[in-house]
Amino acid sequence: MKIAEKKALKRESIIQTALQLFSTNGFHKTTIPDIATKLQMSVGNLYNYFSSKDILAQEIIKYTSEALGEKIRMVNMSEATAEDKIHQIVTIYFTMAEEKPEMIEYFLRVYLSNREVFSDGCEGMVCVSGFITEIMIFFDDCVASEELRNQDFFSAFGLFMGYLGGMVFLKGEHVLPKEIAFYIDDISRNIYNALKA
Amino acid sequence: MPKKSKVKLLWLQAITCNGNTHSFLNHPDLFSILSHFEVVHHPTLESVYTMQDVIAGTVPCDLLILEGSFIQSGFLKGGVEVSQLIETYAKRAKYIVSVGTCATFGGIFKQKDPENISGFAFDLEEKTSRYKMYATKLISLPGCPIHPKWLSYVLLMIANKNKIAIDTLHRPVELYGYTVHTGCTRNEYFEWKIDAKNFGLKEGCLFYEQGCQGPYTRGSCNKILWNDTSSKTRVGTPCFGCTEPTFPQKSLFRTKTNMGIPAKMPLGVPRRAYLTLTGVVKSFKIKRFSEKLMEYDR
Repeated sequence: MKIAEKKALKRESIIQTALQLFSTNGFHKTTIPDIATKLQMSVGNLYNYFSSKDILAQEIIKYTSEALGEKIRMVNMSEATAEDKIHQIVTIYFTMAEEKPEMIEYFLRVYLSNREVFSDGCEGMVCVSGFITEIMIFFDDCVASEELRNQDFFSAFGLFMGYLGGMVFLKGEHVLPKEIAFYIDDISRNIYNALKA
Repeated sequence: MPKKSKVKLLWLQAITCNGNTHSFLNHPDLFSILSHFEVVHHPTLESVYTMQDVIAGTVPCDLLILEGSFIQSGFLKGGVEVSQLIETYAKRAKYIVSVGTCATFGGIFKQKDPENISGFAFDLEEKTSRYKMYATKLISLPGCPIHPKWLSYVLLMIANKNKIAIDTLHRPVELYGYTVHTGCTRNEYFEWKIDAKNFGLKEGCLFYEQGCQGPYTRGSCNKILWNDTSSKTRVGTPCFGCTEPTFPQKSLFRTKTNMGIPAKMPLGVPRRAYLTLTGVVKSFKIKRFSEKLMEYDR
């Protein structure tokens, strides 16, 4: 394996480990030595990959945004109806919340809750564009095909993603009486009914 | 030394508003340019031959300039189908220049009878049955109207026996290789996605709300300025895409958007790339772009 490939793999393992720790223990309670210990690497070496905890935090949000965006991209490239695409996106989001809860938890409990960490370098949509771009394409396609009602982007985006984020937050707080997958059909239908043309 | 014979220029009109004729008359060097040619017939300028001579089919012709939309039958001059007149001289000519979007693609007048009215060699972007016969001598100059200097570029290239590089729709690439967006004074606002809030304002880009088609319209309007002074977009009016085969379109003063996303992307730009950039750029507020460019009443 080439050195560059090894470094890329190491970089990703740091991101995944830090993601896990930040999501579980919180951003401020997690230190760089904690992450280095878990990875069995030296603190100094970790700093070779990420020059600060804030930079690492910013790279993680880009990483999770890209990962989620990549899955929605597959939906966008399919020939499915708008109703079907909504169902697929809800499924992707809730499945990720179930199988890789740290991905969504990080967004809700680190990214949204520690804005000062992201104010320089992750302004606005800069670090979440991988995900936002695919949501924009989803809305654009579904309005162009006259399946969804044409309206301001943010009024539709807020309804869709606010709803999903809220449900995952409730799941994280352990207040949902049922498994999150149980809600996929009803929530997909609710979103479609709210947005349809 | 024998006198160099001049290229014989015949300007023929089909279904037209005379817009291109009038535009060309505004050329500041009109007579200097025409001095390179023998104007055998022109609808408004003094000519060697009359329209009756043209109809009789006896006029010599090296360069045929066509203005106006084409219809095979039902449009007559002096009792003769204009389509026949055009074909008579098109065969004789060494160069055929279609001036204006009507003569090139069908344009405004095509709206009257879309089935039967077209450009001479193109019907929108499709080649007409005449295309094959005349393709080797065909130059397209779409525009509504054309800029007088677009035509003078072509005329002087012909007069000097220079080769004119053209694209697949036979448009000179020197003139149509650019988009109207190129050279627009609002480009900084486009880059930073700042909308123009109204017409006639100096600030803001007209692409996002005001219907500007400049980023996906081919033309030199912001490179070769109108009246040597300005352009539509510079003074705050959206580009109407008048050089494109799809001209005219509806709702020229409003950008069609799907949930705020422009339905048509800048020429050749993938939507995913455009939206990624847009999301990033819109995350920043640049103070200078929120201010008036100039204040006179301070």
